[in-house]
Amino acid sequence: MYERQGKGDYVMISAQQVSFAYAETPVLEEVTATAGDGAMIGLIGPNGSGKTTLLRTLYAALRPGSGRVEVDGTPVARLRPIELARRIAVVAQESAPELPLTVVDMVLLGRAPLRSVFQSYSREDHRKAAAALYRMGARELAERSFNTLSGGEKQRVLIARALAQEADHLLLDEPTNHLDIRYQHEILALVRTLAITTVVVLHDLNLAARYCDRLVLLDGGRVVSSGEPDTVLCPEVLEPVYGVAVRRFEEPDCVQLGFRPHAGKPDYEATPRA
Amino acid sequence: MSQYRSLPIASGGAGDDLEHARRRRHTLTWLGGLSLILLGTIPVAVGIGPVGIPPGTVVRIVGHHLSGLPALPDWPGSADTIVWLVRIPRVLLGIAVGAGLGMTGVALQALVRNVLADPYILGVTSGASTGAAATILFGVGGGMGAAGLTGSAFIGGAAATALLFLLARVGGRITSIRLLLAGVTIGFVLSAVTSFLIFLSDAPDGARAVLFWMLGSLARAQWSSIGIAVVVVLAVLVLLVFWARRFDALAVGDDSARTLGVSPDRFRALSLALVSLCVGAVVAVAGGVGFVGLVVPHIARLCVGGAHRRVFPVAALIGAIFLAWADVFARVAFAPRELPLGIVTAVVGAPFLAVLVRRFYAGNV
Repeated sequence: MYERQGKGDYVMISAQQVSFAYAETPVLEEVTATAGDGAMIGLIGPNGSGKTTLLRTLYAALRPGSGRVEVDGTPVARLRPIELARRIAVVAQESAPELPLTVVDMVLLGRAPLRSVFQSYSREDHRKAAAALYRMGARELAERSFNTLSGGEKQRVLIARALAQEADHLLLDEPTNHLDIRYQHEILALVRTLAITTVVVLHDLNLAARYCDRLVLLDGGRVVSSGEPDTVLCPEVLEPVYGVAVRRFEEPDCVQLGFRPHAGKPDYEATPRA
Repeated sequence: MSQYRSLPIASGGAGDDLEHARRRRHTLTWLGGLSLILLGTIPVAVGIGPVGIPPGTVVRIVGHHLSGLPALPDWPGSADTIVWLVRIPRVLLGIAVGAGLGMTGVALQALVRNVLADPYILGVTSGASTGAAATILFGVGGGMGAAGLTGSAFIGGAAATALLFLLARVGGRITSIRLLLAGVTIGFVLSAVTSFLIFLSDAPDGARAVLFWMLGSLARAQWSSIGIAVVVVLAVLVLLVFWARRFDALAVGDDSARTLGVSPDRFRALSLALVSLCVGAVVAVAGGVGFVGLVVPHIARLCVGGAHRRVFPVAALIGAIFLAWADVFARVAFAPRELPLGIVTAVVGAPFLAVLVRRFYAGNV
């Protein structure tokens, strides 16, 4: 149900020269990034580098001070909420609701943008919700109260909701947070099987290396490097950004990294930050 | 690269619709059962009072007035007056007030994302109290009789709502926390104004009359005065049920709501105006009946879960039944004196809430 085959449409989401500031503090400065054609784009960078802020401008939660954000060629600011929801599904970083929604209700919410206020959820909606839960290995959670789930279970349910939404673009803000190693890999592998354009904020660079088609490395609100993981994940790019020593080794299908703190090494202290 | 990701993957459980039918039956059972209880409540609650009237007679009197059947009364004329002119409007008003407070309580708890919220945190009630106090103590709008009191209470509530928007709306946005703080602030200020009015007044029984009004009562119910409240409550209930999914989305979070097709700022402002209208209409005729709007949403969620398309109608029904019976108690317990309704709802509601908190929300909320 989520696989679109041979769709040659113009499906992309892009930020061009986007700047954003909270009050007087600039958070993003002329950031340009594009995701399209069913690719999976990883946003990486240290804490406070602007990853989540960039993601939030992509789904119009924040309005950039300058620059343009477009989805399929239309500025997001011009889309009505309901149109936006049909194009972009988001798993944001939000605390769980206090009100006891069941997992089914939570996933069904993904179908809400497809229904007018006068329609109730159809049997089809329930089927799609069930299928999305299956995809995320969470079908057995259906009757549980969302509040009572573990962090990893919540994350899987939220992604199921995004799947049920059947949008062309999927934005994920640190979807592997709270997940153990097995689920980190399972979830990203699953997201990779979806033929929808995906932008994912990731902290773990090795996960980014393994699952993303392209990476955008942010530091201090600017794009430091972007391109295929192979080109972005180099010690000479990462070390000044993160301030740790990086060792890179090749695995059969991707690069992987090892890290070691610099522990006051004089040669590193001399390295200027980008 | 991407074409390799288009391989179909077995979705598993094709045809699984999450027991759609059972889910629907469950909800319909609750709605049907509560509707029956409410229907049964009307003749029984109308019959109870200083003059007892059997439910069967109540039904015949109502039938006589509505459809002309039975055509010939076999009951005394006094029973007719008591049932048709006094108690039926009163019970209907109780149902409208209970339903209104129950469902607006649900709405507000979702709007401010806090299960401790109730319809009165908005300060609407405090505004209505100030308006009512002005009429009771100084005769503002007093030339209009009972309508003057209702009218000035409603105007006070509306003014408080306007103030709320003014305070809580910054840059076109109303956040949950700002709404809560603004509502509490307005509540305190207007309570102070009401107290000040009482202080200024020389009316000997003024303070007592204002207090009685603030604790709520259905004693002023007449056919002429309940119409607006009933219509507003019904209309708001219909709208809330249509908007139920938006409330679900908003309860999850502003960002989630935004990506589920709801503009959180606009929707919050719109539904807030609607809820304020409903609370204002209810409080203007019945005074500040406390606790219903806080307790009923919790009971409703225990019955049918948290999804608002189910919670709104169920909370309205439970609120209606609860208040109809609370009023029966209020007029019978210390007859011929009437207990203020707010005392009954608090005395019954508080232990209920305490039990709920301890038994059902352990490890949940």
